[in-house]
Amino acid sequence: MLKKRLIPVLLLQNGMLVRSELFKIHQIIGNPIHEVKRFNQWTVDELIYLDIGQSDLYDIRREDAKVRGLSDPLAILEEVSKTCFMPLTWGGRIRTVEDMRQRFSRGADKVTINTAAVRTPDLITKAAKIFGSQAIVVCIDVLHHADGRFEVFIDGGTAPTGLDPAAFARHVEGLGAGEILLQSIDRDGTGKGYDLDLIHEVCKTTTIPVIALGGVGMYEHYAEAIRAGASAVSAANIWHFKELSDLGGKKALLRGGINIRM
Amino acid sequence: MKTVIIDYGMGNLRSVFNAFHQVGAHAVISSNPEDIRQAHKIVLPGVGAFGDAMKNLTEMGFLDVLNDEVRHKGKPFLGICLGMQLLATTGLEHGHCHGLGWIPGQVARIEGEELGVRIPHIGWNDVRLSRRDGLYKGLADPQAFYFVHSYALIPDDPGVISGLCEYGDDFVASIEKENIYAVQFHPEKSHKIGLHVLKNFASLKG
Repeated sequence: MLKKRLIPVLLLQNGMLVRSELFKIHQIIGNPIHEVKRFNQWTVDELIYLDIGQSDLYDIRREDAKVRGLSDPLAILEEVSKTCFMPLTWGGRIRTVEDMRQRFSRGADKVTINTAAVRTPDLITKAAKIFGSQAIVVCIDVLHHADGRFEVFIDGGTAPTGLDPAAFARHVEGLGAGEILLQSIDRDGTGKGYDLDLIHEVCKTTTIPVIALGGVGMYEHYAEAIRAGASAVSAANIWHFKELSDLGGKKALLRGGINIRM
Repeated sequence: MKTVIIDYGMGNLRSVFNAFHQVGAHAVISSNPEDIRQAHKIVLPGVGAFGDAMKNLTEMGFLDVLNDEVRHKGKPFLGICLGMQLLATTGLEHGHCHGLGWIPGQVARIEGEELGVRIPHIGWNDVRLSRRDGLYKGLADPQAFYFVHSYALIPDDPGVISGLCEYGDDFVASIEKENIYAVQFHPEKSHKIGLHVLKNFASLKG
């Protein structure tokens, strides 16, 4: 039987790893290469890297961190893939088939698009034909409004689209997306747990795997998202602030009766 | 002992290259069919559509040389993911396409809706090993490997099956026929166990 997946998400901003809160606050927490080595040693199920930098400026402090000549995110990807013997998804600033090709050729197994999926949806279809659906992950950033309404946002969570996430997810599935990375903007970095209603809504209307992201504060939160319908659970911050976060998370999933790979 | 990884414009070869490098095998990536003649072992990775892959192999001049070196000279061959599916007679992705035809059978979509499972089949799943030599030498049964696919090869002869996996129903996770080895999963993405499989392939006598 297919196992549920537990996936660390690494956020890359201007050459450094950051933690994020509500898509607004970003603090530097580490070196992009060293973290991958740690995850590789732990043999985590999979890895998602999101380049959330909005500019091409890179933090000079990486020189102190002894990362060799990494002048741009693609160089980081290339370096990361050398020691990454697990599936690697890369996202951020991908607008064209050529952008995707560059990332695949440097070692990404899957790419994830967010803003481009809304602005140029035919990119999904084109990319799925060339690289296969399994390599195209659509990341959907969702804000849960105070009135209970869900809305898809793009441009790093800054631009509302008026789209309903469940309907949009169904739409991108039809266009050829192979997976959905479902991220909750208002839960990001809060530790309150996943937005389970959102996960349930989106999983109900789709037949491709859904990866839940946003809000994990305790390992117990993982199993909740799986029960709400997710095929995989992911998180960013918790991986950096707890000891043995893979084992801890896996044990909690196991206690929750979820079939996983130990 | 040189292993040539065929670059025919279908997806991520670097991770396969890195994985062979990690297990100490001498591997090179090449898009030149002449390099296949010099190779001791041949690896055909790939992700993407069946039709495009066959078109690329044909246009780049790989078909004859692959037939010569693998079928006639018997060089060890490893197909990974799409590289396994291409061994079939026919592919049913976006219409009918001819495959290499080394393993009589067809490649069909996993009927997710009928079986009540989400497609693509993505993630770690247990493979029940029916052979414990070749690629699986030294491994206990079963083993979890990483899969990413929507289609699977259905061989006419079940005797070639070396591993089965269950996703709604059983499908063929790996095959072995003389010098031809193929896996539906990604050994290069399956951590230590995957590297073990690649090391076993690299250790085969050419």
